[in-house]
Amino acid sequence: MEEISIEEVENNDRELLEVAPALISVHPFEKSVVVAIGPELRVFDLEETDPMNIVEAYSNVLTVLCLFLCFCLDRGSRQISIVDDSGDPLHSHSIRAICFGANGSLFASAGDDKLVKIWSADSWKCIRTVLSEKRVSAVAISHDGLFVSFADKFGVVWVVGFGGDNEKNKAAPIFAHYCSIITSLLFSPDGRFIVSADRDFKIRATVFPRKPLNGAHEIQSFCLGHTEYISCLVFICTLEYPKGFLLSGSGDSTVRLWDFTSGSLLSTCEVGVQAGLVESNGKDEVLCPAVTDICASPDGSVVAVAIQRQIVTMGDIFSPTSLDMGSFGMHIWLVTGASNLPSFDSASLACVKVVSGFQKDSPHFTEHGPVMLENNDIPGGDKLLETMQGSISIENERKALGTAIEAVKKAMHNLLIKRQYSDEKREFRKRGRNDRKLKQ
Amino acid sequence: MSKTNPKANKASGLPRKRFYRARAHSNPLSDSHFPVPISPSHVDYSLHFPHYFPSVKNDDKNNAKVFFPKASSKKIQFADIGCGFGGLLVDLSTLFPETLMIGMEIRDKVTEYVKERVLALREGNPGQYQNISVVRTNSMKYIPNYFEKGQLSKMFFLFPDPHFKEKNHRRRVISPQLLDEYAYTLEVGGIIYTITDVEELGEWMKNCLEGHPLFEAIGEEELNADPVVKLLSSATEEGKKVARNEGQTFLAVARRIASSVETEFGK
Repeated sequence: MEEISIEEVENNDRELLEVAPALISVHPFEKSVVVAIGPELRVFDLEETDPMNIVEAYSNVLTVLCLFLCFCLDRGSRQISIVDDSGDPLHSHSIRAICFGANGSLFASAGDDKLVKIWSADSWKCIRTVLSEKRVSAVAISHDGLFVSFADKFGVVWVVGFGGDNEKNKAAPIFAHYCSIITSLLFSPDGRFIVSADRDFKIRATVFPRKPLNGAHEIQSFCLGHTEYISCLVFICTLEYPKGFLLSGSGDSTVRLWDFTSGSLLSTCEVGVQAGLVESNGKDEVLCPAVTDICASPDGSVVAVAIQRQIVTMGDIFSPTSLDMGSFGMHIWLVTGASNLPSFDSASLACVKVVSGFQKDSPHFTEHGPVMLENNDIPGGDKLLETMQGSISIENERKALGTAIEAVKKAMHNLLIKRQYSDEKREFRKRGRNDRKLKQ
Repeated sequence: MSKTNPKANKASGLPRKRFYRARAHSNPLSDSHFPVPISPSHVDYSLHFPHYFPSVKNDDKNNAKVFFPKASSKKIQFADIGCGFGGLLVDLSTLFPETLMIGMEIRDKVTEYVKERVLALREGNPGQYQNISVVRTNSMKYIPNYFEKGQLSKMFFLFPDPHFKEKNHRRRVISPQLLDEYAYTLEVGGIIYTITDVEELGEWMKNCLEGHPLFEAIGEEELNADPVVKLLSSATEEGKKVARNEGQTFLAVARRIASSVETEFGK
């Protein structure tokens, strides 16, 4: 009896593991926005109007209306269709990681189909497809745009040379976290270090050598302090400290600030508690909502954290699966959604929101702090929403979206949380072991 | 305490191995269910080395400070990775009586044995063996949780599992990737000792160390002068077994060297 139930649970788990959260990435200068959902990349070009102009435009309702009319007349022009003439396949399974390069000319996507695709962020042509041996869980582009680094699900970090003589080289392993899923990969602001975080509570800062294809052997530091998997990393840089500080979010419901050169923990923010989300379920257990994503304006004046129920500063129930911010730090772009839902045949669901108004010079600035923009006020407006969400309004699918969020939450949990078995269960799981068999 | 231990030898007070039989292997890839310190500063030295770090709870704080003025700054300097039944630790303990050393072993019963063995030795030889201890952990995953950067001066890998199949090579405790972590924990000038009776593995470990930019091989002459080298094949149970069978052993010893970046910044 118990045998069936455990195996059933494990089958369910396996199905759930395939559920992938929707991801969002913003061009560093807000020229474009990309949402990845399932195997699909949805790209929207914001560039036609200069971002500064967009902001100005919003201060005037009439102009907004005009813009809106333009979009109506101009349908289809700003939704970018991505092109891949290399003959290589497009992504066939869920995309797990996307990122722009620091100067915004390159974009990388990778995921469960073991492909790392590198795109020109201008023409949206696929420049290169790299084959990985294992599923890819994180990807990063070096600041000089010469190297793309990615991590597979076995904890190995690879690098491919890009441009110049490196064109034809295969991916080379440069370092590894021992058999742990790497959840995030990031270059430090000065480009000297590559920082990786994993599900074993570890953050590792490694010197990124000039010739990385020979391996990155020198560990600068380990940032240790989290008590659950680490889900996200972001750097902030101040004028006084151009090396930058590292921020990390974790399943332990905290965000921590690190001096990554020494590995010392500078500050811990219990975001779950601060957001009033830590709840006791009547028993002794305390449910700590996991931090799923983090983004920051480059100077660190604004840090936004996505936690598994709702965004910290917002009263509205909207639980983003991913968020990002351009280097102007004007908008926080949020997305929520999931793909590969079991027993769900509708297309992949996504919902995009934008938060603004945390800078004094922003037209959305209010005394009450940041606001979530109305659909019309979102840069790109309805046209963007249609591209990103599939339809302008997803009101009707609110319930489905709720289910999707729950599924993502479960999938993340199953993927990253260490399972705790009772002694009995652990014994039961050892039943197939050779030394046990002999006894019977 | 050991006198009442039913698993101990009545004459010597030492625990007997037959009560600590364990499976020969443990899966280093699996999620661990034993406690792991969050960071090196969370390692409780008073549990391991009560002589040097009297427990603050029982003793008066001030007294502890008066009696052991230098002790508080002491850190573990030697690590025996996969210490097995602890033969090397016991021999090293008297050779370096002022150095704190720890054995790391993943099999719980074996760890239990070493714990009892150390306790019995401390009891039987007052004042001695206070500098060795053992911890159950998966060193392939948790070395950085126990040691700070550059904390160790010697690391030992004696007769590790050979893992012959290629698909299991990633389970080997010496690998190019794991050497990065060992280089991180070793101080510049620190030494890593490896020995095996499996030629293929010996070759592998030697190649890994020679190929790593942060390690350089140590010459024959220096090896012969190092008193520790002799212990590698004679101190451990595994080494004694090989010697009994007149088997061959393969040694690879290397020194941690400074990297270009470290030299550049004068670290």
